[in-house]
Amino acid sequence: MSDSDDIVKEFLVESYENLDRLDRDLIALEKDPGNREMLASVFRTIHTIKGTCGFLAFNQLEAVAHVGESLLSRLRDGLLTLNAEITTALLAMVDAVRQMLGSIDATGNEGERNDQELIAGLTRLLQATAETKPVPGSAPAEAKPNDVVRPVPNVGDILIQRGAAQVSEVREAAEQQGAGDLRHIGEILVDQGAVKPQDVLEALKLQQQARGGQSGGASDSTIRVDVAHLDRMMNQMGELVLLRNQIVQFTNASEDTGLLAASQRLNLLTTELQEGVMKTRMQPIGNIWSKFPRTVRDVALGCGKRVRIEMEGQETELDKTIIEAIKDPLTHLVRNSVDHGIESPAARTAAGKNPEGRLFLRAFHEGGQVNIEIIDDGAGLDHAKIRHRALQKGMIAADQAARMTEREITNLIWLPGFSTAEKVTNVSGRGVGMDVVKTNIEKIGGTVDLQSKPGQGSTVRMKIPLTLAIIPALIVTTAGDRYAIPQVSLLELVRLEGEQACQGIELVNGAPVHRLRGRLLPLVYLNRELKVAGPAQAVAGIAQRRELAASGESGENKVLESQIANIVVLQADDRQFGLVVDEINDTEEIVVKPLSKQLKSIHTFAGATIMGDGRVALILDVLGLAQRANVVNEVRDRAVTDHDGKPASAASDGNQRNAVLLFQGGEHGRMAVDLALVARLEEFPRDSIETAGGHEVVQYRGQIMPLVRVSEVLEGGRRKTEEAGPESLHVVVYADQGRSVGLVVDRILDIVEESFVMQPHSGRKGVVGSAVIQKRVTDILDVPGLIAAAEGSPLAAGTSA
Amino acid sequence: MANMQQFCTFFLQEQFFGVPVQQVQEVILYQEMTRVPLTPAVIRGLINLRGQIVMAVDLRRRFAMEERPESQLPMNVVVRTDDGAVSLLVDAIGDVLEVDEESFERPPETVQGTARELVRGVYKLRERLLLVLDTERAVAGEDSNVHCCQPA
Repeated sequence: MSDSDDIVKEFLVESYENLDRLDRDLIALEKDPGNREMLASVFRTIHTIKGTCGFLAFNQLEAVAHVGESLLSRLRDGLLTLNAEITTALLAMVDAVRQMLGSIDATGNEGERNDQELIAGLTRLLQATAETKPVPGSAPAEAKPNDVVRPVPNVGDILIQRGAAQVSEVREAAEQQGAGDLRHIGEILVDQGAVKPQDVLEALKLQQQARGGQSGGASDSTIRVDVAHLDRMMNQMGELVLLRNQIVQFTNASEDTGLLAASQRLNLLTTELQEGVMKTRMQPIGNIWSKFPRTVRDVALGCGKRVRIEMEGQETELDKTIIEAIKDPLTHLVRNSVDHGIESPAARTAAGKNPEGRLFLRAFHEGGQVNIEIIDDGAGLDHAKIRHRALQKGMIAADQAARMTEREITNLIWLPGFSTAEKVTNVSGRGVGMDVVKTNIEKIGGTVDLQSKPGQGSTVRMKIPLTLAIIPALIVTTAGDRYAIPQVSLLELVRLEGEQACQGIELVNGAPVHRLRGRLLPLVYLNRELKVAGPAQAVAGIAQRRELAASGESGENKVLESQIANIVVLQADDRQFGLVVDEINDTEEIVVKPLSKQLKSIHTFAGATIMGDGRVALILDVLGLAQRANVVNEVRDRAVTDHDGKPASAASDGNQRNAVLLFQGGEHGRMAVDLALVARLEEFPRDSIETAGGHEVVQYRGQIMPLVRVSEVLEGGRRKTEEAGPESLHVVVYADQGRSVGLVVDRILDIVEESFVMQPHSGRKGVVGSAVIQKRVTDILDVPGLIAAAEGSPLAAGTSA
Repeated sequence: MANMQQFCTFFLQEQFFGVPVQQVQEVILYQEMTRVPLTPAVIRGLINLRGQIVMAVDLRRRFAMEERPESQLPMNVVVRTDDGAVSLLVDAIGDVLEVDEESFERPPETVQGTARELVRGVYKLRERLLLVLDTERAVAGEDSNVHCCQPA
């Protein structure tokens, strides 16, 4: 019994491959209907499938394949010409065969089926010729002039050669065929009991191999390996890497040169072996892509569109597990592009475009990741429609909607349940696609991003790590424990010492940030996120610093000197943030081990690993950590540039984009100052304010800094009493030419970078003009004027900030 | 011949517990643990078991008993569960005992709370009682009696 099981299994594997090839060939053939070679190849493929079906008594399968084969035979002989209708019917046949194979795989038989319609349809097409010729019963027997280079032996001949059949028997069978028997030689012989099915199968295989040179390629230099086997090897490889790490650590402590040399060799060998094993699991992305021409054709036909698909980088390799994971997302994106992205031929022509749309798939390695791009030249995203739909579904509030940038609207499509399709078709529109795509890609540690130019098209960019199991990581220490951070998320390391440590970390609305080359980097303290107490943090609570600053004691300097802040700049999604840790250790290659189910639900950890000294360390999930710490919401980093580094085209009037600090000043509402002039943002307790010469001042960093209450200057009157004021004051420290001045504001709102048109005011003191920022009217302050108006004469002249 | 079952036994405070031998993968000395932040205190951490990363559950905490004194290091009883191997931290290891099914009894109604959930029953041995631990429950997640977040 197991023999025939094996035969069936082999049959299935080969047939699946044949069907895939049929798909590709039929599509290619549709573009080039006269290609005789391809026609012959397609015919042979379906013929082989049919032949094997017959022996294994899969009669329904055989029936379907038989009609298809007849149709193909007509085509091959030039009695019919391939057109869209025939191609569609043949592809339907391929699908039916595939379904039946699937059923055989699962249950052992073809399942309950009614293929009458399909067979009828194929038969109808078959009969749509002026004359009918008897279908040749055994195609392999004919030798085509422009076909194979060497003569392909008949099944009958092979059987004779192998001694499985007698010459007389074969001749008899051939005669029967000639007399109108539509069965194959092999069939006839088996029915007569002259030959065993096994032998015929083998003969067919040999025949196929003989033709193998033309169709399918050098099958001798490859070998089939069970994927489970490779998985096991991969695991063992992981263990070996861990062991290698341990041994290297031990031997590094040794003086023995022999041992050191051997350890070095072991190190190199393990790395090579690891790469080798990883390679065995690598498959070219072309394997998934090869199905897309068919997908595109079917979807396009279904929507009445014309789409051409182009591919670049099919040979780019990915680990098999990753290929499995992205198969569905990619398919969905491709279908989406055709269904929603590319317009109908009429619409395209009206827009001055080629009526045939173009879908471009691109894959390449870059920066330790695989980049996959899906580019279409369709209509792009309709932002108005998306905004409207999101409002409709209650996904965003009305005022949010008004303030959203284009980029934010684009990113709405990733939300679950979102779809702007009017109709839910078979293809898409159910709104379950894009968020599943994003989730699946992120699950394997990748990122996906969509950009669109209205009227021109959309581009989806995916970045996926090359492998999951063994990754390079940065080891850090916080609160006495070690954590591993995957290097793929790592951008850079920043170390702040002493003075820098104090100045470098500022507060915006309560959230710590660091200015990195002009941009604000939100900071996340790892010990706080993990809720682990540590040894007194070097740059611990902001409160501590404030106390130091306000007290202005000389002891402050000593404390400052010993303070060190280690900031690991990470990328999560398209946001950057800085992770503050106690210590930064080495970079190492670590083996990722999954966490148990219970622990998996904590999104902060991506797994665990065993370090060189045998101890366990947790691997941080950068995206999970960022989400948990809300860095994506708190201090919003309004991305100015798109991925290519070119300034985004959001501003239509081409004005200069300015970075301004927005705050609330008294009843006057919103105000802004140029961010470039802002040195720091501080908070002072009310009782730290003193008076000198009738003006309010505060001790700040060893100096006396004058305070200007913005609201008072603008309103032209003093605020009544101190009691009305809040416990602590928000102060924007403004520095100009060595002088610092503190602007007291009610509330710091935000930092934005926007282009705006300023309308100048001549009358108001301290205000340069007004502009619309974030869709609200905002006063732009004239800080020098404010200061002059408040104080009459500048204070603390000559002291440096 | 009476129905005999073999149990791997251990001590928690003064109480005597056991798990069926088939469930036990191995019993080992105290291993260094790496704590996992943001998990209930019951989960003491992760240990390296010959290259396998195994989660360690502190049974004293699970039963809401008082903490082990600092100087006393727990032993590991590594059990097999649906989700892989998990280590139970216990005070001390006892012998492998063969017990008679006949002497088994369900826990009395007076046993309340956590203990009730985690103990499947009791074997009445000559000198003492053997409490049978419900391994799956002991290892499973949320328990309202357990306080969240690792101690400092």
